[in-house]
Amino acid sequence: MAIDELYREVILDHYRNPRRRGTLEGSHVHAEGENPSCGDEFSLDLAVDDDTVTDIAIQGQGCSISQASGSMMAEAVVGKHVSDVRELAHRFKRMMSIEEGENPVDPSRPGAVLGDLEALQGVRRFPVRIKCADLPWATLENALGQIDAASEAS
Amino acid sequence: MNDLSSLRADFPLLQRTVGGRPLVYLDSAATSQKPEQVIEAIADYYRTINANVHRGAYRLSEEATNAYEAARAKVATFIGASSPSEVVFTRGTTAGINHVAYGWGLNRLRQGDRIVLTVMEHHSNIVPWQLVARHTGAELAYLRLTEDYQVDLGDLDEVIDGRTKVVAVTGMSNVTGAIPPLPPIAAAARRVGAIVVVDGAQAVPHSPVDVATMDADFLAFSAHKMLGPTGIGALWGRRELLEEMEPAEGGGEMISDVGLYESRWAPVPHKFEAGTPPIAQAVGFGAAVDYLAKIGMPAVRDHEIAITRYALGRLAEIPDLRVYGPSDLAARGGAVSFTLGDIHAHDLATILDEEAGVAIRAGHHCAKPLMREMHVPSTARASFYVYTTEDDIDLLVTGLHRAREIFGLVG
Ligand SMILES: Cc1ncc(COP(=O)(O)O)c(C=O)c1O
Repeated sequence: MAIDELYREVILDHYRNPRRRGTLEGSHVHAEGENPSCGDEFSLDLAVDDDTVTDIAIQGQGCSISQASGSMMAEAVVGKHVSDVRELAHRFKRMMSIEEGENPVDPSRPGAVLGDLEALQGVRRFPVRIKCADLPWATLENALGQIDAASEAS
Repeated sequence: MNDLSSLRADFPLLQRTVGGRPLVYLDSAATSQKPEQVIEAIADYYRTINANVHRGAYRLSEEATNAYEAARAKVATFIGASSPSEVVFTRGTTAGINHVAYGWGLNRLRQGDRIVLTVMEHHSNIVPWQLVARHTGAELAYLRLTEDYQVDLGDLDEVIDGRTKVVAVTGMSNVTGAIPPLPPIAAAARRVGAIVVVDGAQAVPHSPVDVATMDADFLAFSAHKMLGPTGIGALWGRRELLEEMEPAEGGGEMISDVGLYESRWAPVPHKFEAGTPPIAQAVGFGAAVDYLAKIGMPAVRDHEIAITRYALGRLAEIPDLRVYGPSDLAARGGAVSFTLGDIHAHDLATILDEEAGVAIRAGHHCAKPLMREMHVPSTARASFYVYTTEDDIDLLVTGLHRAREIFGLVG
């Protein structure tokens, strides 16, 4: 049933035990996102050193989908090169876009990288909830944009 | 209360299904469904009378004008206004409150004056006052709430002090259903010579309202929450205040004479109705108040008390469920806000929709200051109307049990 695909165990686990929750000390950028229509909030601290995400800490409140998506995202990006993080964000967006074919991210194909995040595929069946899953990623892109702007300025 | 159950047949939308299940519509505080009588009145207007009003010298236009003005008279009678000219057609509650804030407040308020609101107000009874306060230098002050989210009358005279010029309060909270006690609040306003503005968006659809006995100067409400169409509402005001209030919008229909540099306004209520009004919607609004008047507003209120009693009883059976708002049925209407364990309201709404065909509202309900007071980012809200049945509540309860199961809540 669609509802069981939406509320997979791994999603509820990330919702109840979010990974990397908190704030960062030391050098980092901070970004905040919100879905004003439903009140979901998500913010993050992102530390990047030598084009690699060295640390991330998340905060927020909202539904299980937005908060689990943020927790999974935090786990997925740490230690990755910034360009790989962008690629991941791109893949995630494609997975969430309802226009795409049935299963745009075949987990068995070479190069599949979404891991736990693929548990969020069930969200596609609930178009009004896609923006919940997207919120952390939009916030991450905002943070990456700040890093780009800072490196261009220096 | 079952004597209203035959009404359901009048509402075509309530016959439809969602995802193969009969629709259970529990979001009437957001907007109500419409009976055939209203839908038909609008269609019939377009089929047989449609023309612009107050303009043409031909018979069709006269008929349209008569239909529009007849609707105004029906709405006036429905709320006990002494004359149809005290009823201004607006776009809805929000527009009505903005009319008062801009048309009256902007011209009357000065630096240091006070506008008093309650913490439970809908954004539409907060933001217009913030805007006008910014323009005039007036300040906002709030009546606080008690533990069951009712207006706290303890510091009435401290908050509604000698500087107060406007007291604007809801007739019924769209979040908790709380009905603030208007008489003592209005009396405090009178002691300091302040005007009383009532947000009637929920009170007018769900309880008998009689402006002749209600101690208020303005009352704003929306047709779409009381079986009527979207795009129209009414602002009732005391004659003297409507006379001294400036129009917030200018244009055609609202003038008696226009020169190059100055114009004179049409008499009330027309000076507040710039441009071609929502004519078909007014006709539908008239049909909606006819429908409600036929049931009788005391019967509407009794039905909602009965269904709310039933709902509160059934919700109390569900472990981890918390209801926000007064438990005294005399002090509340049929909007019930709740949380269920650690399940977010949006997740509840999705599960109820998918697993039980139940439509509820989830979120902050355009009342963020109240949500902060309740220390929750959002709640789920089930809200009732004339067509709500005990079966609807039973399906809600079944859906909530299913949500507990999906989220693995035990006990
Ligand atoms: C208490 C209250 N006030 C004001 C409004 C605003 O009404 P409208 O959106 O029809 O202008 C609403 C409806 O959402 C309401 O419930």
